[in-house]
Amino acid sequence: MSKKDDDLDYETTGHEWDGIKEYNKPLPRWWLWTFYACIVWGVLYSIAYPAWPGIKSATPGLLGFSTRAEVAEDIARFEEANSGINAQLASVELTEIAQDADLNQYAQNAGAAVFRTWCAQCHGSGAAGAKGYPNLLDDDWLWGGDIEAIHATIAHGIRNEEDPDARWSQMPAFGEMLAEDEISQVVNYVMSLSGEPQDASMVAAGETVYLDNCAACHMDDGTGDRWQGAPNLTDAIWLYGGDYATLTETVTYSRFGVMPPWTERLTEAEIRAVASYVHGLGGGEAPVE
Amino acid sequence: MGILDKHKVIETNATLLLVLSFLVVTIGGLVQIVPLFYLENTIEEVDGMRPYTPLELAGRDVYLREGCYVCHSQMIRPMRDEVERYGHYSLAAESMYDHPFQWGSKRTGPDLARVGGRYSDDWHVDHLRDPQSVVPESVMPKYGFLEATLLEGEHIGDVMATNAFVGVPYTSEMIEAARADFRAQADPDSDFDGLLERYGESVNVRNFDGQPGVSEADALIAYLQVLGTMVDFSTFTPDASR
Repeated sequence: MSKKDDDLDYETTGHEWDGIKEYNKPLPRWWLWTFYACIVWGVLYSIAYPAWPGIKSATPGLLGFSTRAEVAEDIARFEEANSGINAQLASVELTEIAQDADLNQYAQNAGAAVFRTWCAQCHGSGAAGAKGYPNLLDDDWLWGGDIEAIHATIAHGIRNEEDPDARWSQMPAFGEMLAEDEISQVVNYVMSLSGEPQDASMVAAGETVYLDNCAACHMDDGTGDRWQGAPNLTDAIWLYGGDYATLTETVTYSRFGVMPPWTERLTEAEIRAVASYVHGLGGGEAPVE
Repeated sequence: MGILDKHKVIETNATLLLVLSFLVVTIGGLVQIVPLFYLENTIEEVDGMRPYTPLELAGRDVYLREGCYVCHSQMIRPMRDEVERYGHYSLAAESMYDHPFQWGSKRTGPDLARVGGRYSDDWHVDHLRDPQSVVPESVMPKYGFLEATLLEGEHIGDVMATNAFVGVPYTSEMIEAARADFRAQADPDSDFDGLLERYGESVNVRNFDGQPGVSEADALIAYLQVLGTMVDFSTFTPDASR
């Protein structure tokens, strides 16, 4: 197509518009060959991988690639690698996990990973909890601290509507039942149980209110009842706070802490692993005989 | 002089150039766009998807208004690390009633595609009010003001009608009952039978923020608590070829 211009030393494309001529400056050879190689690569790629759309589906590609199959394979590979120890973890008695050194080490490590992914948002990445979310490092347990109890709590959760086996109890809102001065008295009495500074003149009256209204769940001596998740009031450990204002709020409006069930999101082996991890954090109790 | 040398005819005739350019763009567009409406893997059907309830839809509007999507995506990609952290990878059908969808891969905060049911309502209230009180390392701003803004739901029927216009199957009955359903969902003492009848038995009816009245926090938490929970993955078998 290019033509030698009579007046000039270089080629033009032969195009002329109102006397203006177009130089012919071809692309460098290496660039052109790279370009052609990319075209060939593109054609081969579209044959090897899913590419060309048809009416109902696209060409599947000779290599049979699919992202879904790839992730399923990837997960299956890791499941396969851990299947032996996971099966063992899911089948042994809960109390025996800690006695098998290898199994326990696996459970502790797997449990730590599960905890950081699913539990840390409420209980904290170090498991120290937050206001309203129990500290799992101490030896104060609302629903029981042996491995069976921890496992049941994690599996079914607390006060949720999704799982019929969830732990359930409900503290009444005493603001609707007691007069303000009665609440003030009982709060002072509860503060006296753990030796906090309180208004001693109210304690005697508060004890009467306590025995009439609170002792059914928190017990006469204030040590609580794990069957109902009723906290021990005699230790100095508070889930929502042990000062006068917070306790008044708790008695007046009650509390209703919820924990989701995990059986649908985690496998039995994962639940057992994280139960072992929580049990091993420091406050785990020996099994109840 | 092959056909390539005839291009002068087109280039010197503006009308012909325009017509032929239009033809090229049309064919290109048809080839790229039309298959998307018919390819089976883009319109996979799954059980359980339903339109958002009026309260959830209002919560979605709060989510969009506050720009939650700037830091949070709603798309679990098919990769092992994402599936193990967030749950089953997202399906296109799970966004079928989202206008616009909330996909993305840029995450300053975690993905929220399956956040529904993962935390308690109380946790959401605490976390919106002061994210650092429960997650000390979080960089999320505080959204406590949402609790203080009460919603009447006077426009929610219009929002639903607009969604119906772009294809969300809201019936005229749903739109008529919009305000009643809006209030009923945030009040467990209300008569919410109609709401369950229209949207299904699994709708969460709770006082989400624990305070009287329907606040923006109620709406937002109702929305968050339903995310990713509609499809029952225990009965879903993924087609591996997709």
